Amino acid sequence: MNVSENKNVHLIKLNDIPCFDRDDFLAQLIIRCRMDKRVVAYFGVPEKSRVKVYAVLADDERGGVHVSSAFFPEKGSYSCLTHHLPSFHMFERELFEQTGILPEGHPWLKPVRYCHDRADRKSSMAGYPFYTIPGEEVHEVAVGPVHAGVIEPGHFRFMCNGEKVYHLEIQLGYQHRGVEELFPAHARFMPHLAESIAGDTAIGHNLAYCQAMEALADIEVTENAMLIRDIALELERIAVHINDLAAIASDVAYLLGNAVLGAVRTLVINTTQAVCGNRFGKGLIRPGGVLFNIDKADRPEIKKTLKRVKDTVRDMCGIMFSSPTVLSRLEKTGVVEMETAHRIGLVGMSARASGLGLDIRSDFPDKVYGELQIPKIVLPNGDVYSRARIRFLEILSSIEFIEKALDGLREDGTMREAEYKLEKESMAISLTEGWRGEIVHVGLTDEDGKLVRYKVKDPSFNNWFGLSLAVRNNGVSDFPLCNKSFNLSYCGHDL
Amino acid sequence: MLRIIKMRIRQGFQTIRDIRKPVLTEKFRGLPVLDPEKCEKNCKACREVCPAKAITQKPLKLDMGKCTFCGDCQRACKEGAIRFTNNYKTAATRSDSLVIESGKQNYEEYAVKVNREIKKMFARSLKFRQVSAGGCNACEMELNACSNVNFDMARFGIEFVASPRHADGLVITGPLTENMADALKDTYSSIPEPRIIILVGACAISAGIFADSSALDRKFLDDRKPDLFIPGCPPHPLTFINGVLGLLGR
Repeated sequence: MNVSENKNVHLIKLNDIPCFDRDDFLAQLIIRCRMDKRVVAYFGVPEKSRVKVYAVLADDERGGVHVSSAFFPEKGSYSCLTHHLPSFHMFERELFEQTGILPEGHPWLKPVRYCHDRADRKSSMAGYPFYTIPGEEVHEVAVGPVHAGVIEPGHFRFMCNGEKVYHLEIQLGYQHRGVEELFPAHARFMPHLAESIAGDTAIGHNLAYCQAMEALADIEVTENAMLIRDIALELERIAVHINDLAAIASDVAYLLGNAVLGAVRTLVINTTQAVCGNRFGKGLIRPGGVLFNIDKADRPEIKKTLKRVKDTVRDMCGIMFSSPTVLSRLEKTGVVEMETAHRIGLVGMSARASGLGLDIRSDFPDKVYGELQIPKIVLPNGDVYSRARIRFLEILSSIEFIEKALDGLREDGTMREAEYKLEKESMAISLTEGWRGEIVHVGLTDEDGKLVRYKVKDPSFNNWFGLSLAVRNNGVSDFPLCNKSFNLSYCGHDL
Repeated sequence: MLRIIKMRIRQGFQTIRDIRKPVLTEKFRGLPVLDPEKCEKNCKACREVCPAKAITQKPLKLDMGKCTFCGDCQRACKEGAIRFTNNYKTAATRSDSLVIESGKQNYEEYAVKVNREIKKMFARSLKFRQVSAGGCNACEMELNACSNVNFDMARFGIEFVASPRHADGLVITGPLTENMADALKDTYSSIPEPRIIILVGACAISAGIFADSSALDRKFLDDRKPDLFIPGCPPHPLTFINGVLGLLGR
């Protein structure tokens, strides 16, 4: 398969990346993003006493990426982009934390994740600069890092007046494991690590990783392998979406929905296990292809299971979404309006529920998505109901996609030989639509073909701030519901 | 209302009746079986592909506490000295039991030893507080699955509770990150004594594939002895439930 048919992977020689004067670089970013581009990666690579900052912009309409760069003096400062383009706010905070380059005038310059190699080692989790609202009427509710349920840690601080939330501040970083440093530390493929960036998106992140590595190592995978990868990606989407719907049902005390959907999810992840031996699809995708085929004999069984899943989910959601007790909790709760979503740079399913049509599968399709097509589902309201409903609709469209893909499986094998020999002085950009939204992996090599920088962006990185805005002016008791409707990753953010 | 009743009836009874009995798909990678006699002395293919440095040679050993159960070693070994079986009962009460050597076939018998004190205290009701210290959410999701209608762990009196004050033990996932060190210690000290510790997943047991990371702080485990180890990446709900039942002598 010709890699150039895949719009979601791009390999660029470092020499071909324009390196501008710093001010021109910034001015161009502002102009391009105001027109039709969108930032998907913005990071620095230290070079002697300066830092080379790369910006990767996505052109959603044409399915292309635009990369530019500029040298910034180490520990220097510049007039921030966030002031012009709020969608840069997380990226600039991250750049500041990692390199110490100060975006002057940034309205919310707070630590992102207290990464181990942060520029300011003196800062610590305990000293997080929380925003406070003065006044006798305002009280604070602090939750976490350890939460009531079996979930990952993060600290939430609500500024409330009675039940009403004025502001929610989310402090993350507890999950930081140093993922970005671990990739270049090994002179070998590390799909196992990619599978653990966010375990609920094992397929999504590993697919993004393997595609980046295949671009750098000039490996082509078979059409069959591509189909199996995208089938796995959709199985992951179906399983997590069902799980989230079950959790939303549980949060509004709708126990039938919780029990039924929880059991249906088991069918889906057991299907993944039947394919590759792991319920989360760990161990399926490797640079060069996939390690497991979906045998002809197994395909009818998978289709049968998916039909059962489809029927149950459709009936259950039909009942749930017409129940007044459920709807009264979901509708008009936790609204993120389209304009806000666009400004803060929301991505993926949450963005689509707010009316923003962003979907890597349609905008940057690989060959499989290009051929089989998957509808881009967009809902206008941006409330919890929309984020629940969009999951239901995506489950149905993913099942339909898998049915088509199963029929299209080829006989051209599953694995191609994959040698860890990377292109020199190159950058690979890989985009994948995980169930949460766009996963971006960027790999950079030096003149010896050694991986020098590996940048990972989980959709949670964009979307946590969306959750903050969603709960504003809602009751604090609706927070669990808002939280579940986004279901963001802590470790995907903390890396 | 009729639709709701119909939905309920259609669901039937989906709970696994005997939690010790289910047989998982052949492809599931559980307890490894080693055949050291087949291990070629000069070949190190398995060690080279292992992402977690779980394998040592001369003699051939595999540490399930580090293993991600990816199966790469099985594929790399031309002699067939390593084979993963679909046996999910891999829990152990001692970390050295996790190291699989030659043909010991009775893993379950020696790996999980009933702890009399724990049995006396907690056999009929055991409540856990779970702390994820860098866990990737795979282990956490599998622990949540233990309580769903399929596995229904609560029927044994084993549950996850919201507060450490209500808990009898701590279930830890993740490689123990530096940023989570204080919160982990605080949660543990909030659990009334006697309290037990269970490590779930390769990350918690040995830091797994994050062993080389500089962002970890595993000092918590220096002077505390875990009571149960649940290997896997992530461990199957059946591995966790059967391990805990074994510890309780049930």
